[in-house]
Amino acid sequence: MAVIRDMIPPFELFQPASIDDALALLREHRADCWVLAGGLDSFDWFKDRIKRPAAVIDLGGVEALTGIRERDGGGLEIGAMTSLADVAGDEAVNASYPLLAEAAGLVATPQIRNQGTLGGNIAQDTRCWYYRSGWPCYRAGGNICYAATPRSMNREHCILGASRCVAVNPSDAAPALVALDAEMIVLRAGGEHQQAYSAADFFIGPAIDITRMTVLEPGDLLTSIVLPAPPAGAARWYFEKVRDRKAWDFSLASVASALEMDGDRIRDARISVNGVAPYPVRCTAAEAVARGRVPDDETALAAGEAAVADARPLRHNDYKIALMRNLVRRAVRDAA
Amino acid sequence: MAEKLIGADIAPPDLHAKITGRARYAEDFRAEGMVFAKLLASPMPHARVRRVDTRAAEAMEGVLGIARASDLPGEAGPRERALTDEPKYEGEPILAVAAVDETTAAAAVEAIRVDLEPLPFVLDPLESLREGGPDARLDGNVVKDREVVSFKWPAAVFEEAGEDRLPMGEPAVEWAVGDVEAGFAGASVVVEETIVHQSVTHHPMEPRSCMAYWQNGKLFVHGSTQSTQQTRNAVARMMEMDVEDVVVVAEYCGGGFGSKIAGSPVMTVPAVLSRMIGRPVMLRVTRYEENYIGRARAGFQGWARIGFRDDGRMTALDLYLVQDSGPYGASDFNTAGVVATASYQPENMRFRGVPVYTNTPPRSAQRAPGGAQIVAMLEPLVDKAARELGIDRLEIRKANAPGSDGWLGPNQGKFTSARVREALDLGAELFNWEEKKRLSGRRDGSKVTGVGIGLSPFTAGSSGRDGLLVVREDGKLHVHQGIGNLGTHSIADTARAAADVLDLSWDQVEIVWGDTRKHLPHSTVQAGSQTTFAHTRANHAAAEALVGLLQELAAQELGGAPGSYRVSGGRVFRAGSPAVGMDFAEAARRAAALGGKFSGEEYPEDLNDATKAAVQGLAGQGLVAAARDNYPRDGAIYSWVISFCQVELDEETGAVEIVDLASAAECGTVLHARSLAAQTNGGVIQGIGMAMSQRWVFDPKWGIPFTKRFYTARPPGILDVPRTLRFAAVDQPDPQTPVGAKGIGEPPVGAGEAAYACAVADAMGGRCLCRTPLTSDMILAELEDRPRPYGLLDTHV
Repeated sequence: MAVIRDMIPPFELFQPASIDDALALLREHRADCWVLAGGLDSFDWFKDRIKRPAAVIDLGGVEALTGIRERDGGGLEIGAMTSLADVAGDEAVNASYPLLAEAAGLVATPQIRNQGTLGGNIAQDTRCWYYRSGWPCYRAGGNICYAATPRSMNREHCILGASRCVAVNPSDAAPALVALDAEMIVLRAGGEHQQAYSAADFFIGPAIDITRMTVLEPGDLLTSIVLPAPPAGAARWYFEKVRDRKAWDFSLASVASALEMDGDRIRDARISVNGVAPYPVRCTAAEAVARGRVPDDETALAAGEAAVADARPLRHNDYKIALMRNLVRRAVRDAA
Repeated sequence: MAEKLIGADIAPPDLHAKITGRARYAEDFRAEGMVFAKLLASPMPHARVRRVDTRAAEAMEGVLGIARASDLPGEAGPRERALTDEPKYEGEPILAVAAVDETTAAAAVEAIRVDLEPLPFVLDPLESLREGGPDARLDGNVVKDREVVSFKWPAAVFEEAGEDRLPMGEPAVEWAVGDVEAGFAGASVVVEETIVHQSVTHHPMEPRSCMAYWQNGKLFVHGSTQSTQQTRNAVARMMEMDVEDVVVVAEYCGGGFGSKIAGSPVMTVPAVLSRMIGRPVMLRVTRYEENYIGRARAGFQGWARIGFRDDGRMTALDLYLVQDSGPYGASDFNTAGVVATASYQPENMRFRGVPVYTNTPPRSAQRAPGGAQIVAMLEPLVDKAARELGIDRLEIRKANAPGSDGWLGPNQGKFTSARVREALDLGAELFNWEEKKRLSGRRDGSKVTGVGIGLSPFTAGSSGRDGLLVVREDGKLHVHQGIGNLGTHSIADTARAAADVLDLSWDQVEIVWGDTRKHLPHSTVQAGSQTTFAHTRANHAAAEALVGLLQELAAQELGGAPGSYRVSGGRVFRAGSPAVGMDFAEAARRAAALGGKFSGEEYPEDLNDATKAAVQGLAGQGLVAAARDNYPRDGAIYSWVISFCQVELDEETGAVEIVDLASAAECGTVLHARSLAAQTNGGVIQGIGMAMSQRWVFDPKWGIPFTKRFYTARPPGILDVPRTLRFAAVDQPDPQTPVGAKGIGEPPVGAGEAAYACAVADAMGGRCLCRTPLTSDMILAELEDRPRPYGLLDTHV
């Protein structure tokens, strides 16, 4: 069979207006449907004719999935279909969770941030170009990783968390949500029950399921992202994305940190790095180093070194070890 | 007196259509009964088609026809054709299917089984030059003395070079000026480096879509092309038809950058399918396909050794370039050697090169082909020498820049004009080089400042084309342009030359373009930045002829001597008695009535045949003036751009931010200031992209590229350059052309690329990575003293 790309095959499009209708469609088409949010990930797959669902359920008309609400007792609940532009521009997000506003504002381009959603950004598939080119790799159900051979082109691939697959999670928002200790609210199995996942549990690695990036399975619906009330004490934040050009680019690595301060010392720290593993990495070893210390460059460097202690490079991505170390260092030293 | 149009900011007449979306590009055209085509691309980088089973596709409802290589005009041979049974790169089209709609055509392509015999393939030219290394083509890997041969270097050549130095065996091309060894003997400082410049794809916003149909034996092609009149010739050649039987319609072009100079081989696909099935056929080329069939710049693996005297003068340049030619060839490396002389005027020079075929998509000219590469490769070495000599980097460039009496190697004589030192001074002032150079090495936390200069020459003109003007009974001047509307505004701006000769205001001028039925004169291909020079001359010549005809006509009708009449403001009138005369509308009516030389029944013998045919077509429609550009010129036509760049390099991430960017151009008289700034700044940014982020990555085991989307290929965006981006021009006329203007399309590319590369090296304390692009991974690995991400000579990474 010859291969053709850039030509979306026909599918049946459903545009529910309520969560209940969406769930009913999910139950009806369970095995062979695709949940469409902003479409930035989906349409690439469709255009390349690699993912060919018979039915597509477009959530764009489900108003209940959109918007940012204050929660009783503090914190925010962000509908999964809220656009990245709305997240980046939201007053409450900027006031209390500036690193999420910054992360959302650094996604791709203004057009993509208007169209792309927070839910779609964190649920998106990896951009490993072997996998995205339709090669029959582990993640695609095959029995090889093309990106991890001695001659593979793997500058963008992982230095941590590899398990047969060496692809990385491309989301900019994900590390910010991990640092913020966010929860993802999921209606499972066509709405049979609701479950809340911590960010650490929501993103899964290939060791758990090599064909998925998150807990979401067919029939599941991510409805919202819940941010807990910010710490009462003085907090410092940091977010940085390193990329090859200043727009429309996935990160080579990104870092997010939330430091809770006690005077000039770090009482508690949550640090997450993305672009280095198949999931946003929670840097617990670095956090342990930083806890109780003044965030000077010595502490920061020690935290950075701790973060990459287990890192292993592929043929072309040794630089990511230095990059991750330095980003963690900055996330401790330069948090404000 | 009408205001002079040369130099004024006048929006081109097509701007509204472009901005409002009313402009029709190739894929916007429709014809009654039109159907669609899709291509079947090779999944292997080199293979032979054993068998094709199209039965399932042909059985599908709505499938109308399938074209194979054997259905194309002419014979399969060494030259590229639109379809092939021996694909030489992954993505090369093997066949095309026409169907009632694209969905059906795509499904039909998927249903076709192609049985391919894999053949040896090669991506890296050096691998092909090794004994026993694969040849990219069945007939060999190198063109030497005009023959394709299997060309190999002995193993000793590679052993001697080691891993980090370019192996340099027998070249395919060699020339020398002076004695390079004597030049090195007289040098105080000698720098030597192995340097890699990667191949990059063109990425025009508009892919090369095309629609074709036939009527009464005539072929109508609606395509995306940089040229018009010359594209008609090219289509006729590819289709093996008489040029009279071809109509090309191409009113707008969404970017070509050298990849659509005179159309494209793929134009023959809808033409052949349309003839086969008797219906108009549209081939909408996708972004994905454009990455394969859309052309690329040839990459170099190079080596240079350069000698300088104490005063910075270049005594010797020894250059060796191994070119990645793709499967069908490129001549960038030859141009690169010549451009180096226009940069530095070395007292002695040796050039050696070998072009090697590879199984990667085809190369073609890309905005300063060869020139941008060599400038970006050599400028950082000049800085290295300046550092060793303790000479200011502006001064070392002035010490070597040519004047008009300079030379262009190896044997192309002097320049028509070369105010390069003026441009260096102008740019230095605009950028404030004196202050900025003191910022070199300044630290702010983890960020280090670097500044750099890039000096870039490129060809900027030709001569001997034709101009064709008609004054119609509407009283307007109709300027017939055979050149294409490739986005540079030259379609309108070169017409100003005619209007100024006639002392005519711009609202009296109509541009005729974009459709070969409109009687277009012989023109340049829109390449080599020729158009401004060539067609201001051609239109100037035609306007002078028109003035002569108006004077004669007035004298004949109103009495007196022709020389006593003046032309101004849309009238011809007697000097001193302006009431005695007539307006253009009247002149057009009388010319049509008089016939002969006034209305195009007679015309100069030295016109090109294409122009003669156009004049014949226009005869009787008013006052018709056509002329060949016979203005003298003696010398090579070159323009220069010098860019100045300030960066901040973050030593903790390897990320580079451009803080300031300014450029100065020496391109003769400024024709259209706003457009010139757009051309220059756009070219500078395009060049910076090649040095900064743009990649063309292949998997070396499978020979397959991955950077097939904008987001993976990473051409630069506007956010990558600072808001301070600015530009100035020397704006002094070239004395060898009546309007004084030279081309500008190409030189900015190398200037931006080199200035960025030099600024990054400066921020690294003078350490030159000697390759493009300078991505943060390579910079960080170097700064952190970690393993290099790639070998020094690796390409396509």
